[in-house]
Amino acid sequence: MKKTILTVVVLFVAAFSYAQEKNKKLSFDVDGVCEMCKERIEKAALGVKGVKFATWDIPSHQLSLIMDERKTDVMKIKTAIVAVGHDTKELKATDEAYNTVHPCCKYRDDKVKDDHKN
Amino acid sequence: MKTQKIKFVGAYLFFCGFVVFSQDKVEGTVKDANQMGLPGASVYWMNSQLGVVTNEKGAFSIPFTKEYTSLIISYVGFESDTLIINEPKTIAHLLKPSNELREVVVQQKRDALEKSFFTPQNVVTINSEELLKAACCNLSESFETNPAIDVNFSDALTGTKQIQMLGLTSPYLMITQENLPMVRGASQTYGLTFTPGTWVESIQITKGAGSVVNGYESISGQINTELVKPLTDTSVFVNGYANQNGRLELNTHFNKKLTDKLSTGIYIHGNKRSQKEDANDDGFLDAPLADQINIMNRWQYQNAEKGWIGFLNVRFLNDEKQVGQVDFNPLTDRVDNNPAFGENNNNSLSGDQVWGSEIDTRRFDTSLKLGYVFPELPFQSMGLQASYSLHKQDSYFGFNQYNIDHESLYTNLLFNSIIGDTRNTFKTGLTFAYDGYQEVVNSTIFSRADTSAGAFFEYSYDNIEKVSLTAGIRADTHNRLGTFVTPRFHIRYTPWELGSLRGSFGRGKRAANIFAENQQFFASSRQLQILDTDGDIYGLQPEDAWNYGVSFLQGFIFLERKGNVTVDFYKTDFKNQIVVDWENPDEIAFYNLNGKSYASSLQVEVNHEILPNLQLRAAYKYYDVTTDYRSGSLQKPLQAQNRYFANLGYQTTLKDNGAQWRFDYTLHTQGKQRLPGTASNPIAYQLPEFAAPYSLMNAQITKVFSPAFEVYLGGENLSDVTQKNPILGADNPFGSNFDTNIVFAPIMGRMFYAGFRFKI
Repeated sequence: MKKTILTVVVLFVAAFSYAQEKNKKLSFDVDGVCEMCKERIEKAALGVKGVKFATWDIPSHQLSLIMDERKTDVMKIKTAIVAVGHDTKELKATDEAYNTVHPCCKYRDDKVKDDHKN
Repeated sequence: MKTQKIKFVGAYLFFCGFVVFSQDKVEGTVKDANQMGLPGASVYWMNSQLGVVTNEKGAFSIPFTKEYTSLIISYVGFESDTLIINEPKTIAHLLKPSNELREVVVQQKRDALEKSFFTPQNVVTINSEELLKAACCNLSESFETNPAIDVNFSDALTGTKQIQMLGLTSPYLMITQENLPMVRGASQTYGLTFTPGTWVESIQITKGAGSVVNGYESISGQINTELVKPLTDTSVFVNGYANQNGRLELNTHFNKKLTDKLSTGIYIHGNKRSQKEDANDDGFLDAPLADQINIMNRWQYQNAEKGWIGFLNVRFLNDEKQVGQVDFNPLTDRVDNNPAFGENNNNSLSGDQVWGSEIDTRRFDTSLKLGYVFPELPFQSMGLQASYSLHKQDSYFGFNQYNIDHESLYTNLLFNSIIGDTRNTFKTGLTFAYDGYQEVVNSTIFSRADTSAGAFFEYSYDNIEKVSLTAGIRADTHNRLGTFVTPRFHIRYTPWELGSLRGSFGRGKRAANIFAENQQFFASSRQLQILDTDGDIYGLQPEDAWNYGVSFLQGFIFLERKGNVTVDFYKTDFKNQIVVDWENPDEIAFYNLNGKSYASSLQVEVNHEILPNLQLRAAYKYYDVTTDYRSGSLQKPLQAQNRYFANLGYQTTLKDNGAQWRFDYTLHTQGKQRLPGTASNPIAYQLPEFAAPYSLMNAQITKVFSPAFEVYLGGENLSDVTQKNPILGADNPFGSNFDTNIVFAPIMGRMFYAGFRFKI
């Protein structure tokens, strides 16, 4: 009895965490400062096949996504975002990619950050 | 068994705790409004790399250091919250859902008149701030500060203003209220005066073919009105208005939030004019004696966790107008009430009768909107829109009688979702509509019932930056218009920064309600003629037109302040039109178009803040509206081909207590207008071929004392331009030359008004 319950629970937990969800919701941090960054980040995320919905919140720097886990994974999305010059927690954009963003989007620069504070 | 479970949970919690174990931490749970834990929500310190995700119960634990004080909690489909935390503690936080149906709240100062650089359609949004520039009074007068719409006088009696877009009058424009068809059928002529100005939250004007979602009837464009919402409108609002000519208006709004999810509002409007005005001494009232009571009750339901949203409206209207000669008394002078005269019996008039007219309208309408957003999929939603109205108008004009009863039902079922990702979206759905008409035109009864059913699909592509397009198609089957397909297409391309190039084409089809749309002709001695008999609608065929347009919008910065310039060109090409021919002064004839009919419009518009706080809007418009009449190809009568427009708005900087002055000035210049033929009249009743150009000026000053109270003072027609003899044959209204329709300039001269607004 104990065993069956434990097995069922373990199986359930496993199924819950490993199922490939069609509409998986997640959100993570992406660095950026402005409306223009928002456009660039969302466009890069949507450019990944399997990403259905992407919205980046300017004040919180959160990128919220809905994706089809059968077609993509988080790292693919992060790679695409880094490729257009925006940092994520695990992956940093190369200087080369970072330099392609518009001067007013240079989020690593404290002066640019301050400019966007108001 | 029970102990086993507790142990398991305990072990799990211990394990979780162990992972992020530290001396100081912030622990807690993130829940939705139903107290259900939200698994997978992000919790992180602002400006840090420190973040965690909640477990399946919505619980989290995050290390605390003195360095960070702002904790951000966010989750897809919910509003992100920032908590200020200065010590380690345990919190339970509720997140508010953000997936409200098609509503985006932008927290920044917006222009009173917005032009979008991104939508595929050429849409101008007028918000309530812009509407306050001309304080009066109802929807037909809301467009005076906007060059996209022309406001014209429809006749010399009723004081009704008619609106035009792209050179075509309102029947060719689809007018909707919250996307439900509104001013149509029996309400075509006076319907715009049935929406009080203070009820309006914003207006969206779409030039050119509209969306297929709202039906097939729009030809030159669409005007959608959003009314104030019980949830967001102020809880008490009072607006009082009075003008020099004795027009009094009172508007009150009362809104109440009953529960978190349910709000209701009662909106009451009344207007009255009992003062008789005859400044031009023609013996006729310059403006009608009028009385309107308009009451609306509105319910708004919003349950965003479950994804439901709903609106229910109920409205009653009673509108009475009396027009005609100053001495007219309806109780004794109404022709067919007077036993001495038979109906339409011209010969028995002794010559001392008084000419008058009354137009009484009663209307009930109700509408329901229900929307459902799939809580897990913010991009997918369903909606049901339904409306029902019963409209009764009883009227007589001298000895012409015209009554119309119109019962209308409209339902639209919609589904929105995406194809692949949110750059590719679609809307699809089904429409069903019923219109029952019963009309009495003198002694003839016309009745008809129209039913239609249709299906539509609209695809939109938006890659955010360069290109967006909307392609829609609908198929409808209608008992009089037949089975037909309506395609509509819009595209937008951004060639460079702040530039926006748009193109569109689309078809529109409709049944012309010739009497309801042209009822002002009853106030004349013209004989009504319908020259075709083989069609299904009063013997006429349905109207069918294509509209093509291009527009270019360029934003610019000049003198360090923003501005924009727009150039657009639209052409409406009629495949069939019901020609309203009044070139012969003795008759008005309706017939199917035989030949060509088109309306071309070119508009150039500049908006700029020329000095700090001083906004200039200037426009030039050119119209070429040509129709093949039986008597030949002619420009549309009473249509100025050249028009100029300028609006200046100045606002003082808002003080801390909310006080402000606002100044507004508008200039309209109309070029010469062709007048309909009067050559066969006796010389005394002949008019020149063209009416001379003239300019009109309006101005308004608003003093805002606080966010709760403001007063305004304004003047219309400041240059005091009037038409000398707006009524042809005013000396003998029962004679054969009587005509109240050739009106090309204001009848009323300079007029001042004042009012106040109070809100809490």
